Amino acid sequence: MSDSATLEQPPQDAGERQPVTKKEITADHPTWCPGCGDFSVLSIYYKLIQKRNIPHENVTTVAGIGCSSRFPYFVQAHGVHYIHGRALSFASGVSLSRPDLHVFTFGGDGDAFSIGGNHFVHTARKNIKMTYVVMDNFVYGLTKKQTSPTSPIGFKSKTDGWGALDKPINPMKLAISAGASFVARTTHTNPKHLLEMMDAAMDHDGFSFIECLSECTEFYAGAFDSSNPRKGGEFNLVPEDHDPTDEAAAYALASEDFPGHFGIFYQVQRPTKNALEAGVIEAAQSKFEGKPSSDVLQATFNRIK
Amino acid sequence: MSETTVSEANNGSNSQPSSISEVTIRLAGNSQDGIQSIGGFLARLAGRSEREVMTMMTIPSTISGGASIFQVRLGSGEVLSPGDKADVLFAFYQHSYDNHVKNLAKGGILVYDSDHVEPDEEWLTKYRHIGIAISSLTVEAIGGTARDKGKNIYALGLIGRMFSLNTEKLERLINERFSGKGESVVKTAMDAFQAGYRYQSGDLFNLFRLARGGDERSNQVVMSGNEAIGYGLIAAGVRFGAGYPITPWSDIMELLRRELPKYGGSFIQCEDEIASVSMAIGASYGGRVAVTGSSGPGISLKAEAVGWAVMAEMPLVVIDIQRGGPSTGLPTDVEQSDLNIACYGGHGDSPRVVLAASDVEDCFYTAIEAVNIARKYSVPVFVLSDQAIATRIEAFNEPDLKTICKDIELDLSPVSSHKPYDLSSGDGLSGHRAPGTRIEDGRYPVVTGLEHDESGHPSGDAVNHIAMTKKRRNKLKTLADELPTPEICGPDSGDVLLVGWGSTKGPLHEAVDQLTKEGYTLSSMHIKHINPLPTRLEDILPRFKSVFIVEMNDGGVYGYGQLAGIMRARYADARIKGINKTAARRWKVSEIIERVKARLEEETVAA
Repeated sequence: MSDSATLEQPPQDAGERQPVTKKEITADHPTWCPGCGDFSVLSIYYKLIQKRNIPHENVTTVAGIGCSSRFPYFVQAHGVHYIHGRALSFASGVSLSRPDLHVFTFGGDGDAFSIGGNHFVHTARKNIKMTYVVMDNFVYGLTKKQTSPTSPIGFKSKTDGWGALDKPINPMKLAISAGASFVARTTHTNPKHLLEMMDAAMDHDGFSFIECLSECTEFYAGAFDSSNPRKGGEFNLVPEDHDPTDEAAAYALASEDFPGHFGIFYQVQRPTKNALEAGVIEAAQSKFEGKPSSDVLQATFNRIK
Repeated sequence: MSETTVSEANNGSNSQPSSISEVTIRLAGNSQDGIQSIGGFLARLAGRSEREVMTMMTIPSTISGGASIFQVRLGSGEVLSPGDKADVLFAFYQHSYDNHVKNLAKGGILVYDSDHVEPDEEWLTKYRHIGIAISSLTVEAIGGTARDKGKNIYALGLIGRMFSLNTEKLERLINERFSGKGESVVKTAMDAFQAGYRYQSGDLFNLFRLARGGDERSNQVVMSGNEAIGYGLIAAGVRFGAGYPITPWSDIMELLRRELPKYGGSFIQCEDEIASVSMAIGASYGGRVAVTGSSGPGISLKAEAVGWAVMAEMPLVVIDIQRGGPSTGLPTDVEQSDLNIACYGGHGDSPRVVLAASDVEDCFYTAIEAVNIARKYSVPVFVLSDQAIATRIEAFNEPDLKTICKDIELDLSPVSSHKPYDLSSGDGLSGHRAPGTRIEDGRYPVVTGLEHDESGHPSGDAVNHIAMTKKRRNKLKTLADELPTPEICGPDSGDVLLVGWGSTKGPLHEAVDQLTKEGYTLSSMHIKHINPLPTRLEDILPRFKSVFIVEMNDGGVYGYGQLAGIMRARYADARIKGINKTAARRWKVSEIIERVKARLEEETVAA
């Protein structure tokens, strides 16, 4: 049903259409604070669109609420700024009804793992085809420094002046256990790696999830220094001998202390919800041999006379 | 042969069937007895017999083992309501007898299963009792292994005999119903039916024959209100939906899940109500008009997302099968108390469209109208139904599907430029362009819940907010001008106008007929388009001295219910008063009559 290959085919009037330029794909100037990690994700998204030469009209960007969720305004393409926590559900509706599009959903840790936690689990489990990038900054930024579901214990916020008390969510473990078929981890300070992950996510036929560390310089500066070589930290790729189809190994990687490893932790092929529903449709329609809807409904009505 | 009622004809004589114009039969048993399938057979039979039929059923809140009743009213004229009192009661158990004997009309007939029921002395003198060992006779007819199965079909045979129903058609229906389950099941069912039909009881049995209907109604379809909504949505071109199970909405999602794939569509069962409405809006954004729906608490949960669809101007159909509230409330009982949440639910000023279906047939056409309005105005449209019509089976004239059915083609034709929130038109309409649409000037739309400028980019500017609020409101004003004026039943001016909405239509109509016969001068009007109210409705109210709004919801702190509140706010007319009922049961015709008389007396005293 959904096949990313269709996106890469040049449009019918390719003769007169030039590859999309960065200028053409750029919209409003981001409202983010200077130094925000989200800038990096945005510029890599532009790069991805250019690299894959996705026709302008087929770029579909969905986001919820939060700093990172302002994303669609900054992309000159079809975009949706939905409500808090429900972007995945909205994007699922787009993906399931429009298999010709590749849907990108962007959001933050509050959107994904707190208010939208239920949708994250079920979208992963159902393997609905789309790419979901969570820009994880371990803090609520838009509302100015409250504890987030990924804030580490002890993080001092306006809602936990004495330091966060609750065990944070581990997004990678959550994604693997929920049944996501593509689970990767990257960081805004390594744009090359970020692009690699987004490229691989887009190629994946299913729900592809990327946790991208994205520093909030305003409310949690230095949160990710230990993963940034330029700040004296270490950026370690997933070991070469890691088998991404091995769920237990992926879980072990996800259980490491920060900064841990970066790369594709887990990737398996299993049928997408899109394909399964398409199968149901095909089976149901095969009995009607292309008859018009009125005939199909008439057949039903004839049985309830 | 003169036409009479069952009680008049109930004289114990058995020689010739008495001709009757209508009959209300109530069957009371347990839910596992298949009580409701008897109703289904009778409804189908009536649909095929050129007689109008309306049935009422109550579903038990327990899955199995709970009490279950089904009431069917068969009439040869226009059947408007399920009937207040039963002419014939079939009681399968002692509790069925004890709980329902009070619902029997004067002169009614009580048929009971003498294996389970011990009649009460008090009632024996009041009603004609016919004891039949339904359980053991069924076992005798179909073999000892069937236990309680088949009693319903046996009872159907009894009813077929009692009312001289067309056995050939009934047998064909039984055959159709069970043929999928194998020959032996069909044979067992036929045996049970025949045994019931041939039951010999000397002169215990009265025989009746329903007079033929006045007008020929050859092509009728028979379905419940929930089925009618489901098929209406399909006919209108809906190919995507999402929902979460909740009573009494679930039937619709089950139907759409099963049926939509035949039309190339999907219905997705989601993890919760919020995901459901969100997924539906996502599909609407994708260029399909999608549906979600729920009942009770589920509607509350969807409120934020519906507000987004108002703000972002996305088409969406929300089906609300109302049940008793607030909170978990009365999950399997009827109430019309969701009007306010449908019209106003959610924060901020968020105009949306609200339609209410009045009977099963109307469910079909209201669903279609909702889809068309949602598409044209890019707005969420609520369809309000309620428990009373959701599960009720009615026969209605077969819709002309060739002209009605639509497939909505995905329109991705390129446009030179597009503003999703274009202010230039004045009527508020701007229209949605789905992703995949190439916009030649390179300016692509963002659809958003933030207040926005014409291209969808955030704007907190005061002048812009005023203009956009007006745009969203103007869409409804434009629609209000296009809406038909509600029809008035009775004189178009006079002393009293009774106003109703939703499932009260039939009882209200009958109440007006009866009160008119008693010499009262009054009229009734049924409002289908509640938000916005039709523009021309304004001219009607001043023609009446009193306006009573009859609703199944609370009269509230100030003495008028939800529609009355809306109409008082709209027309600033203090003559608008409420007649309300919160018993979680449908209005009976007799209750409406009593309440109207009482109200008129109060007004006379006051004057």
